[in-house]
Amino acid sequence: MSETNTFILDDQEIPFTPGQSVMQAALSAGVFIPHLCYHPEFRPHGSCKLCTVKINGRPATSCTTPAAHGMEVESNTPEILDKRRTLVQMLLIEGNHFCPSCEKSGFCKLQALGYELGVMTPRFNLMYPTRPVDASHPDVLLDFNRCILCELCIRASTEVDGKFVFALSGRGIKKHLVVNAESGRLADTNFSLTDKAAQVCPVGVILPKRMGFAVPIGQRHFDDAPISAHVDEFKPVMPGPGGRS
Amino acid sequence: MNDTDAINEVLVRHGKDGTRLMQILRETQEELGWLSPATLTAIAAGINWPRSRVESTAGFYSFFHTTPLGRYRVLWSDNITDRMLGNMDLMQAMCKKLWLEPGRVSADGLVSVDTTSCTGMCDQGPAILVNYRAITHMTAERIDQMVELIHNQTPITEWPAEWFKIEDNIRRADILLTNTMPPGEALRISFARGAATEVETSFSERSWHESMQASDIGASATLDEIKKSALRGRGGAGFTTGLKWEACHNAPGRTRYVVCNADEGEPGTFKDRVLLTRQPDLVLEGMTVAAYIIGANKGFVYLRGEYRYLLEPLNAVLAKRRKLGLLGENILGREGFNFDIEVHLGAGAYVCGEESALIESLEGKRGVPRNRPPYPVTNGFLNQPTVVNNVETFASAALIAAKGGDWYRSFGSARSTGTKILSVSGDCERPGIYEYPFGVTVRQVLEECGAHNTQAVQVSGPSGICLNRDEFDRRIAFGDVPTAGAFMVFGQQRDIFEVVRNFVHFFAHESCGFCTPCRVGTTLLKNLVDKIADGNGTRTDIDEIFHLNRLLQTTAHCGLGHTACNPLLYTLEKFRPAYERRLKLLKFVPAFDLDAALSQARQMTGRDDAGAHLETQSEIAQ
Ligand SMILES: Cc1cc2nc3c(=O)[nH]c(=O)nc-3n(C[C@H](O)[C@H](O)[C@H](O)COP(=O)(O)O)c2cc1C
Ligand code: SF4
Ligand code: SF4
Ligand code: FES
Ligand code: FES
Repeated sequence: MSETNTFILDDQEIPFTPGQSVMQAALSAGVFIPHLCYHPEFRPHGSCKLCTVKINGRPATSCTTPAAHGMEVESNTPEILDKRRTLVQMLLIEGNHFCPSCEKSGFCKLQALGYELGVMTPRFNLMYPTRPVDASHPDVLLDFNRCILCELCIRASTEVDGKFVFALSGRGIKKHLVVNAESGRLADTNFSLTDKAAQVCPVGVILPKRMGFAVPIGQRHFDDAPISAHVDEFKPVMPGPGGRS
Repeated sequence: MNDTDAINEVLVRHGKDGTRLMQILRETQEELGWLSPATLTAIAAGINWPRSRVESTAGFYSFFHTTPLGRYRVLWSDNITDRMLGNMDLMQAMCKKLWLEPGRVSADGLVSVDTTSCTGMCDQGPAILVNYRAITHMTAERIDQMVELIHNQTPITEWPAEWFKIEDNIRRADILLTNTMPPGEALRISFARGAATEVETSFSERSWHESMQASDIGASATLDEIKKSALRGRGGAGFTTGLKWEACHNAPGRTRYVVCNADEGEPGTFKDRVLLTRQPDLVLEGMTVAAYIIGANKGFVYLRGEYRYLLEPLNAVLAKRRKLGLLGENILGREGFNFDIEVHLGAGAYVCGEESALIESLEGKRGVPRNRPPYPVTNGFLNQPTVVNNVETFASAALIAAKGGDWYRSFGSARSTGTKILSVSGDCERPGIYEYPFGVTVRQVLEECGAHNTQAVQVSGPSGICLNRDEFDRRIAFGDVPTAGAFMVFGQQRDIFEVVRNFVHFFAHESCGFCTPCRVGTTLLKNLVDKIADGNGTRTDIDEIFHLNRLLQTTAHCGLGHTACNPLLYTLEKFRPAYERRLKLLKFVPAFDLDAALSQARQMTGRDDAGAHLETQSEIAQ
């Protein structure tokens, strides 16, 4: 009875297969919902809260909420867009983001969402945290200044690479990434540039060394169109309760 | 004993089981003083976990240190009630005598002094923890003696015993605190409910199957009593206990667990400490009744790290109950009813009171709330159905199991049955523990605790509600003023803004950091409140507080984030002058001094007239 599996998202009818999240169903139908910790190949995480929507009038994270028939989901409302904008501003002031000197600029989802949501100012005072870079590894630079703590690298290293290279330490605003070595240096782990964990960072933390301006500014990934127009890239790669298990 | 041997001894004691990581870390730290990088590597190898995951857990909790913090670690409880008793001056005095700054370790590596979130001694503050042992009633004289003992490197075990005395201060006792039921009574009566039915139905020889059914009848009849009592959770959310237990019983699973939430982290709350001191059997019996009803074999008491001193006494009660046949195999001779309880100590993290974070912590991980649903009743500890209840809920359930639901309903009101234990502190003559039937007015509590000239009462801690004088006829009940137990009284002389500031700092310190709105938002709120405190606040900052509140209430991942703005909201509504007094009239004041920043430009242009300065506050006001 597939015709009964639909919900309403901002006046549009969205079909879904049972087990899909609201986010997965929306993306499959070509409707973009902003997100940072969601990744098509991984189980939902629910931490960035960018994907917040209202379901039947109540706020919920669309990446973790299973779709159900007849739901009424609001996403593109001024109220929700304002919340998402504030969340992006929070992530920007929490770290040290100097886009012009960042290799990821133009490929960065945080930056792209900033443009998408119309982030014109930082709104809050910058926190300027001290986050030393780790350049110990021969092939990879870790610039923690830009980490938004989405845990995608942790999930990739744990679930795909089986290496546990990354983990979180600290709590609250002092939460930060650590690597799997007594020295605390990436060079002393078994991390490799070919790891899945090296491919998933949505921002500019995990960067290959000896690469600079490989693609000219203006021709970069999100330079052609806003991130919402790239919706097809984020479609779930497998149906069901979401990604790897 | 060298470090390696010490670590190994701890590892072996815990069967090298990673889910026991919290206890392994604590016991290792108690041996070695801190958790060095090499220690974490050794522990990771021992439990066969990736090192990164061990570091992850160690780094989450306030009471684990991965840097050396001295042989003596002094932590001053920093609840507003401690502040009202002068803890900040005392801490400064102590630091001066020890020649150190708060938060720093002395040059010789001997001692460090810092603050910590409320330690649950609000009725006997100012309170401290020394190497995680509670000391109350701090005075200038005690500081002098303590500094001497630290300088002489006297082991804490040789410090004056009376410093470590914790008072119960029970001022009003009702059905829970006057209980004299012998251990095992509630269980016997619960079992008998099955036997009674059985006698009626069958006089013939009992088969194994029938006796199992009889046990089911006892369990389901006792569950009916719990449901009939209309008991609701005492930990804050007020969920109906009978329905929770029934859902857990009905959930499919390999095995089931009973967890007692003794994290008691909400500042101003200390009633679970007194229940665990005075009525431990009643609490443990409630857990055992729950195990009987849902079919669990294993239970945990999640005891907050601040109550470390209760570990040995509780273990002694558990041992006694095993001896009496009230825990272990075939409890009270009941074939196949096997259940035991273990105390799990937390390590300084308020968020671990949230039930799914608590379960993560029980599994040896960071105390981060899970995505819900699924809820613990279906997917709890090790993914099995788990009941999590507050200490007071279990104690009440034991009484109901023994005396029945109708008896229990005769106390309190129709919608809020039974009694509620309040932890009263702040500006009153008789701070301490007050057990009332539900429905008592705030005014009656104030009268009985000897509070005069009261300006405000904070009920249920920082995440609760702030009542002003016009609201003292409201009642403590689920439908009116619900509470997890805290009742902090503020006299007319108090500055409500300082109360709020203390609470806002608390939430920023305790956010687990999982979700963006709470992790960043609680720190932004803290910065805003500090800006107002420094006299640089504006109306725009107040607007920003409301804006952040709307964001946190709707997008935060757990109750901590949802309620983090409550202290600001209630007091902005009811105690507006406390803010207005401090606000500048300007719509906007930046966090740095713009006018001063222009001084170089003035120097270069040789100007110092009014036009070369930014407009002043008095100009704007005109
Ligand atoms: C941030 C936070 C802290 C909490 N702390 C406690 C606590 O210290 N003790 C407690 O019993 N419940 C606490 N709770 C409530 C628990 O999540 C849970 O609802 C409760 O333990 C259920 O028991 P009850 O039904 O007996 O009240 C807390 C909840 C949140 C969101
Ligand atoms: S990570 Fe993204 S937002 Fe941050 S500096 Fe780089 S491009 Fe800018
Ligand atoms: S390094 Fe990148 S992928 Fe990893 S947590 Fe930080 S932002 Fe996410
Ligand atoms: S994408 Fe849903 S919370 Fe991050
Ligand atoms: S406090 Fe941890 S998610 Fe909000």
